[in-house]
Amino acid sequence: MTSTPETILDIANLCVSVRGEDGSREVVSSLSLTLKRGETLCIAGESGSGKSMTALAIMQLLPQPAGRISSGQIRLGDTELTTLDERQMRRIRGDRIAMIFQEPMTSLNPVLSIGRQLTESIEAHTSLSQAEARQRAIEALKAVRISEAESRLKQFPHELSGGMRQRVMIAMALALEPDVLIADEPTTALDVTVQGEVLELLRDLQRQHGTSVILITHDMGVVAEMADRVIIMRQGRMVEEGKTSDIFARPRADYTRELLAAVPRIGGGVGRQKSREPTEVSKPANVADVKDLHVRFDLRGGVLGRVNRRVHAVEGVSFSIAPNETLALVGESGCGKSTTAKALAGLVPYGGDIVVGGRNLSGLGRDERKAVRRDVQMIFQDPFASLDPRMRVGDLVAEPLVIHGIASREERLSRVATLFERVGLSADQMELYPHEFSGGQRQRVCIARALALRPKLIIADESVSALDVSVQARVLDLLKELQREFGVAYLFISHDMAVVENISDRVAVMYLGQIVEMGTRDQVFSNPRHPYTKRLIEAVPVPDPAQRRSRFARLDQEIPSATRRIGDAPLKLSLQDVGNGHLVAAEG
Amino acid sequence: MTSPIAPDLPATIRMPAKPRAGVWRRLVKRRLALLGLVIVAIVVAGAVLAPWLTGYDPNEQMFDGLTIEGSPLPPDAKFWLGTDLLGRDLLTRILYGARTSLIIGIVANGVALLIGTLVGVTAGYFRGWVGSALMRFTDLMMAFPALLLAICLAAVFEPSLWIVAMVIALVNWVQTARVIYTETSSLAEREFIDAERTIGAGAPRILFRHILPHLLPTIIVWGTLGISTTVLLEATLSFLGIGVQPPTASWGNIIFENQTYFQAAPWLVFFPGAAILALALAFNLIGDALRDILDPTQRGRE
Repeated sequence: MTSTPETILDIANLCVSVRGEDGSREVVSSLSLTLKRGETLCIAGESGSGKSMTALAIMQLLPQPAGRISSGQIRLGDTELTTLDERQMRRIRGDRIAMIFQEPMTSLNPVLSIGRQLTESIEAHTSLSQAEARQRAIEALKAVRISEAESRLKQFPHELSGGMRQRVMIAMALALEPDVLIADEPTTALDVTVQGEVLELLRDLQRQHGTSVILITHDMGVVAEMADRVIIMRQGRMVEEGKTSDIFARPRADYTRELLAAVPRIGGGVGRQKSREPTEVSKPANVADVKDLHVRFDLRGGVLGRVNRRVHAVEGVSFSIAPNETLALVGESGCGKSTTAKALAGLVPYGGDIVVGGRNLSGLGRDERKAVRRDVQMIFQDPFASLDPRMRVGDLVAEPLVIHGIASREERLSRVATLFERVGLSADQMELYPHEFSGGQRQRVCIARALALRPKLIIADESVSALDVSVQARVLDLLKELQREFGVAYLFISHDMAVVENISDRVAVMYLGQIVEMGTRDQVFSNPRHPYTKRLIEAVPVPDPAQRRSRFARLDQEIPSATRRIGDAPLKLSLQDVGNGHLVAAEG
Repeated sequence: MTSPIAPDLPATIRMPAKPRAGVWRRLVKRRLALLGLVIVAIVVAGAVLAPWLTGYDPNEQMFDGLTIEGSPLPPDAKFWLGTDLLGRDLLTRILYGARTSLIIGIVANGVALLIGTLVGVTAGYFRGWVGSALMRFTDLMMAFPALLLAICLAAVFEPSLWIVAMVIALVNWVQTARVIYTETSSLAEREFIDAERTIGAGAPRILFRHILPHLLPTIIVWGTLGISTTVLLEATLSFLGIGVQPPTASWGNIIFENQTYFQAAPWLVFFPGAAILALALAFNLIGDALRDILDPTQRGRE
């Protein structure tokens, strides 16, 4: 870069306020930023930092009627956006500023074909004929590396995978060659391997078209990977601004330092614990043994509604968990890890054997099973959805005790109070309702609830995925502490390799309903043997701009489906010991 | 049984306040809800105290209740709400009619609501063949003309007010069941229900403690809507001769008897109509307020 490129977007003293029940609240406070042509600016921050509100303010799409720009200017080239009316703004949107949203599942209209949606936006902004618009749409799809672009035009959103849909969104956004592209958490809902592809695609397209990109994300790994410049936001204010390398190497603000420290990293995060060797000598009885677990869902179809296809969600999974141990189950969406958890928790019917505390669950009567189930508790992914919103949290935590008839009312109350304090809440908060807590606090309530019965095994299904990194780090610490204290074993289910690397003793990698690799954490992470494991580890964005990858190994074909015709059961992989209990599926 | 999680307890832990404490107080504090309560109180008082409130007999056909030509009298100082076609005092009939209509609107409607909720919740939560059977039965009931069914039922039983109420309940639960079914099946998919199962909660607990409270708003809305429907259905049945037997007054049959003379004597339809409307509105106001009060996420927005 020889001369300073022209400034394309200039925001000065932007304040956005949202009217709520208790008066107006400022969600973005005097934010100023500039965006140059061809530059990628990342706005990073945790939830509630005002980063999405900034994006919506630029697009003039603030939630109506509550949200409004209370002061400040937003200049796009020579146009002042804040004074435009809706009709003029509509011409700018899509044509000069385009936006990609987080959820590719919901931002495409499910009843219109891909082609219809693409050409519609092209026709709305240009004077191209229908045939020309169609041609342009095909080019746009080709540009985002969608194979067989022409036949894809006829497809509907539900026929595409999440990654494909997000590519269509990008194609749609870039079809009109806008000056500015705002991407609000574009890869958060995607699997890591797909995330890598989409990010690389964005980078390539930007290079070709010279588009300026504002990338909004909570993931410092993505920031390191993509950004030229970074703005760190917190509670509506800009905390720090600078070049990406400077922010990561020499963060000035305390908050930035905290944020960076909390990011889980593969190979030595702050919270990483020493690998515990399985104590072969005095091997205690396993908490749970799972042998050849199968979960299949029948799909009916055809005129007669007969079972003609089957989802092979879990296909012959076996593992065991020792007391005081954390076994992580990793894999991408649809690999069957959550279904395995649900089978273990008794939420879905299964085939095979699940033995808890030496007793096989399938041979037990109802009451006995209920008693054994006490030993297995679960913490769900979304702390906003897994607590009954109409009950007080104290009652929710006491409920397991009530159900199993443990302790008198006063004793229960005291136990719940102790539990609250143990997970870092105060006993006063027992009278509140779930909505009065933040995400992290709610997850603590869920943990207290899972602990109430003193289980031997806690299944944590993506339990920290929905939390901000700093909160995530604290919750993970709490889980580790509780393990040391109570000797509880965890089955930790996650798609996030970095988190898994920090908390687990052993790791099992799942792919299409089967385990492809299993071993101690060090075996799997330092010496991954299966190609899928390698891909997963490679795909994690490293929160260090110095380690930016030049190219990401691309997999342009779709992941095969677990839905199969009757009689076409998937091949069972056989696991081979490659040394010290490190099991790897034979390539076939 | 002592557990390491519960060592000696600090004595400072406050007992949680009683959950529903102050529902009544908060209800009375809302102006619209208070209005609803007052209307309901007036109607109930009117029904109970009817003999003392009016000097006329509801069924007495008064000679001076008609004009020379034999048409009913409009409201005046003697007959406050006018008289009907047979020269009976309308106010008296409305007061006595409140007895019938309250029973129909509250008991019949309540029973319908109960059946509908039970069927809907059971079908929505348990699915499977039980759910299919219940919902197909509901669909069948929906497709079957309600009036025809009511006529059949009423023909089988000896007509009396309570039988009429039961007949109305038996034809009126269908819509509620449909709506409750849909809502229950989506609630049953929510994650907190799965969470309840993992801690070992059985079906009754999940249904009564966790699903029913979420259905309350819908039940309240259907309950208030049902009041006017049932009151008018009772009138239809009386008109067909299978409801409350004339000359017993009910709001519905006052309207029905007189609707053909609507243009000549509008007050005969207007006053009982207004009474039905007021009662339904009153329950609606109370229900609306209750819904907000019982929903903890709405607290503080009063």
